Amino acid sequence: MGTRSCQHICDESSPAIGEAGKTGEWRDSFPVIDQKKCIPARQNKPTCFLCWLYCPDGVISKTMPVGIDLEYCKGCGICARVCPADAITMVNEEEFRPD
Amino acid sequence: MKRSFVLIRTNQVSLINKKTDSKADIQILDGNNAAAHGAKLSRIQVIAAYPITPQTPLTETLSEFVEGGELTAEYIAVEGEHSALAVCASASMVGARTFTGTSSHGLAYMHEMLHWTAGARLPVVLACVNRAIGAPWNILNDQQDSISQRDTGWIQIYARNNQEILDSVIQAYKIAETVYVPVMVCYDGYILSHTEMPVDVPSQEDVDRFLPSYKPHTILDPANPKNYNLVTLANPRVNAEGTLCHGYMELRYLLQEAIRNSRETIARVGQEFGEQFGRSYSSMLWEDRLDDADIVIVAMGSLAMEALVAADMLREEGHKVGVLGLRVFRPFPKGDLVKALRKSRLILVFDKNISYGLEGATCSEIKSALYGTHVNAVIRNFIVGLGGRDVKARELADAVNKSLWLVKEGALTSDYPEWICHI
Repeated sequence: MGTRSCQHICDESSPAIGEAGKTGEWRDSFPVIDQKKCIPARQNKPTCFLCWLYCPDGVISKTMPVGIDLEYCKGCGICARVCPADAITMVNEEEFRPD
Repeated sequence: MKRSFVLIRTNQVSLINKKTDSKADIQILDGNNAAAHGAKLSRIQVIAAYPITPQTPLTETLSEFVEGGELTAEYIAVEGEHSALAVCASASMVGARTFTGTSSHGLAYMHEMLHWTAGARLPVVLACVNRAIGAPWNILNDQQDSISQRDTGWIQIYARNNQEILDSVIQAYKIAETVYVPVMVCYDGYILSHTEMPVDVPSQEDVDRFLPSYKPHTILDPANPKNYNLVTLANPRVNAEGTLCHGYMELRYLLQEAIRNSRETIARVGQEFGEQFGRSYSSMLWEDRLDDADIVIVAMGSLAMEALVAADMLREEGHKVGVLGLRVFRPFPKGDLVKALRKSRLILVFDKNISYGLEGATCSEIKSALYGTHVNAVIRNFIVGLGGRDVKARELADAVNKSLWLVKEGALTSDYPEWICHI
């Protein structure tokens, strides 16, 4: 069978980042934060973080400034929807490449 | 009729089996009660079931055991059968011995979780009280419900009487927890579930000696987080820890192999049961007078008991008739079957199910088992007893006689099954 290094009889693994592959590859648009509008950046204090709270993939960091891990962001756009300052824009992956 | 029943005047009789030294406690139990006693004696820890006719008294009895303090178990009331099996599967994954029971539409509603439980290799035991499936509504017996779940990856055992129900439930745990495949113990609704018979109820000490405690293959434990049964693609993959893990197809192969190889475990557990309790289940089949029989009646469940009476009648009429009862339907006992049928010239398969557009399921499987072997018998299929239609021993005997006459006349066709009904 060629996979004898795995002794499991049902699918089993330890939770780890990247266990399901680089899910960022699934995306067709990515979020860009405008730090001039983002509330924590503007007020220079750890506040708001609604994007971090609502991100279903846990790829947004509760940091100063707010960061997004584009390796695993699937591009759902929830962060852009919930941002009260309209600081997040979804950009088409085909037209622009995230740096 | 030659077969006689043991007459028991009181409700409980204590006997000592001299051979095995185990105490026998004969109780008058219906099939549901026998299953409940079997589950209780197996020290089940979690029960989740939803009542459905004719399984209802089984859930009632179990909840009484729990309420009355006779059984230390969590009885989890659920809103339907899908949830019942989801609870059992989850509880099994955290290391509990679990039990559920259902019938007909309830089993159909469980379908998705039946696949899930087998795929996750969880040794859940389920009592299926065989009942017809609608439309039209029918609450009476046939085996269409469990036969419809044939390909879900469960071991299926069919009981012929109430003693076998109790014994099979206890054995089911030992089998399931050895091969990590869930087991369905099937018994005919009403014919067994609501009919009282003397049942030898083993003592708890004897069952404890027979059945070790459940050791899960993996345990879902918050202290040691694990992912189970996530999206698994077709091909093997290297996981985050660098181990080459099975793909979906390898896991399916392992399940098939586990069920195929469970034959040895089923026979061994059945033999051990015999050594402990004096009732041996070392064969996947029930064979009756097959040594000299050239005509063999094949049936499953309580019908295999009725067939014994039909065989008595036919023997009196001078025919060499034997009976083959299928005790285990999955894994299908291919090799044993070929051996048991080696002398047969005419095989009559009575099915309480129909695979629409072809024939009864057990008939198809017997034909497939005999393919490429030296057994070259005429095989005839009868569809009987659907939706609780009474099957009398005389009807079985008449069907055999008619088939013999057709063979003699050279007019036998076996293209389609024959229905014993009024059309």
